[in-house]
Amino acid sequence: MSLQFNNEQMTEFKSLVARYPEGKQKSALLPVLHLAQDSFGGWLPTEAMDYVAGLLKIEPIEVYEVATFYSMYNLKPVGKFVFEVCQTGPCMISGSENIIAYIQKQLAIQPGETTKDGMFTLKLVECLGACGYAPMMQVGKIYREHLTKEKVDAIIAEYRMQAIAQN
Amino acid sequence: MGVKLLLEKANVPGIRTYDVYRREGGYVAAEKALKEMSIEAIVEEVKKSGLRGRGGAGFPAGMKWSFIAKPEGVPRHLVCNADESEPGTFKDRYLMEFLPHLLLEGLLISSFALGSKDTYIYIRGEYAWVAQILEDAIVEATKNGWLGKNILGTGFDCMIHVHRGAGAYICGEETALIESLEGKRGNPRIKPPFPAIQGLWMRPTVVNNVETLAAVVPIIKMGGEEYAKIGVGRSTGTKLISACGNINKPGVYEIDMTISVEDFIYSDEYCGGIAGGKKLKACIPGGSSVPILPANLLLKTAKGETRYMNYESLSDGGFATGSMMGSGGFIILDEDQCIVKNTLTLARFYRHESCGQCSPCREGTGWMEKILQKIELGKGEMSDIDLLWDIQRKIEGNTICPLGDAAAWPVAAAIRHFRDEFEWHINNRALSQTSNFGLQHYADPIHVPA
Ligand SMILES: Cc1cc2nc3c(=O)[nH]c(=O)nc-3n(C[C@H](O)[C@H](O)[C@H](O)COP(=O)(O)O)c2cc1C
Ligand code: SF4
Ligand code: FES
Repeated sequence: MSLQFNNEQMTEFKSLVARYPEGKQKSALLPVLHLAQDSFGGWLPTEAMDYVAGLLKIEPIEVYEVATFYSMYNLKPVGKFVFEVCQTGPCMISGSENIIAYIQKQLAIQPGETTKDGMFTLKLVECLGACGYAPMMQVGKIYREHLTKEKVDAIIAEYRMQAIAQN
Repeated sequence: MGVKLLLEKANVPGIRTYDVYRREGGYVAAEKALKEMSIEAIVEEVKKSGLRGRGGAGFPAGMKWSFIAKPEGVPRHLVCNADESEPGTFKDRYLMEFLPHLLLEGLLISSFALGSKDTYIYIRGEYAWVAQILEDAIVEATKNGWLGKNILGTGFDCMIHVHRGAGAYICGEETALIESLEGKRGNPRIKPPFPAIQGLWMRPTVVNNVETLAAVVPIIKMGGEEYAKIGVGRSTGTKLISACGNINKPGVYEIDMTISVEDFIYSDEYCGGIAGGKKLKACIPGGSSVPILPANLLLKTAKGETRYMNYESLSDGGFATGSMMGSGGFIILDEDQCIVKNTLTLARFYRHESCGQCSPCREGTGWMEKILQKIELGKGEMSDIDLLWDIQRKIEGNTICPLGDAAAWPVAAAIRHFRDEFEWHINNRALSQTSNFGLQHYADPIHVPA
């Protein structure tokens, strides 16, 4: 099998499983799926889910049913940076629609799509617990809040730079 | 300035670290509880404090604790509910982000009182950086002897573990949370059995909100009776309110529950008035699930009395003319906001978040979204309003968990108080696509601050 945790990821895996009593290792499934998604390119191919099932000694179906239930797991490939913009009530009344439209225009993609260069995915999501700092979006592990058009431009430029720096 | 029991030190530089928190009087309550108090005495203080659950339902915390079963040889667990996904609510995030040790101290005292040696914080997956702050704080607390084996030489062992969710509002419901913590889909369980008897891994479990557990610290410090003197009636102590929407100063505020809604909205200490000098149209005072109120019923009750920011006053008038304190997510809508559209975004939210176990919730939330969408897009019929009313009534009370009710109430309240705005959309299909109903429906003059 090609997908495997490296040593560092394996240490992290073991520390996650250690948080639950003996025999209750299935409890680590959600955190371990986060680790797998972060480790294997931002999404969960079937191979990754099967790998996790093997590590936790549970049936693959137990992993599939969980992975399909929770909105943070991506079951299809995504761009290098995923813009998850909140569209729920409080953000909507604070102007999220304009921001969403602006991002669509700047990246020339619709919600759910990825830019041709594989750099950005736009995802519309429900309340992220940042309603007082709206409009907002989540990118990876951080929140970008109080969005304006200028800020969106700067954020896009920032991630483009980051991608160049990483290559 | 109101009394501050939780956020008093939130602005002290470095308070996130153990050293500063300790220097500022941190872990003194934990020391008192573990060294000087019996388990019964701690539960008694929490009972006397009148503390009500801050997660939304307002159930007395001390009473919940006294229900936990104690079968011989079976471990018990405390689970801290940090799922915080109710639209409009972001208070727990603030508390955890800035005062992680306050939560840990509250968890330690509560774990001791409940006999939980492995306590879990179930935090919504999106709060990844907050989870990291908690992880770091746990390492510090362990290093300094507040977690681990034989804490303070009392023989009590306790570890706190962070567990990240993965994006599902329903996992805030306590039995869905437990399922999720067991590595499953977040499908709520049928009660009974209640978690206090059979919860996590079928062991006796108490689930409490972040703010509830943090409030145990000041309660132990000052004593339950003193805590109960703050506030009014059965709304004791302080409450965190996360204010958002069209106000000048969105943010998290700690209030003692004697302040009027009007003062909370217009005073500079809190929301600072409506943004852009606009008029107040409506408010959802306790998170997206509670009934929306038009300005006139928000500031005064139907009897014409001042409405206050507490459990009793916000629900004065029942659902006919009142609302609820809920989770403390306070959402303000100004004169430019469209009630139909706002209700639509909330209906979409509940459709998205329904776990799908019960037909009334799974199907009903989908239908409500579709009909609201139709009205919003200028394609509605008059009969759609009655249909919406009918659907929400068929959901309410007919489901396994309260998410069904939570989806039904916002739609019911919007129609109850803003029916004329729905009718306007239907009678003015083209116009409704380019303009707004505004404040026209008010028979009563709208309040204008002096
Ligand atoms: C759909 C739904 C979502 C909920 N979400 C949360 C939540 O995010 N945080 C929370 O503390 N309680 C939430 N609750 C309430 C919990 O079920 C439970 O009552 C609460 O955690 C108990 O803690 P408390 O008594 O300290 O408030 C939710 C309930 C329902 C029905
Ligand atoms: S009411 Fe809705 S969310 Fe709750 S159990 Fe039923 S289908 Fe699931
Ligand atoms: S509504 Fe967008 S973060 Fe809450």
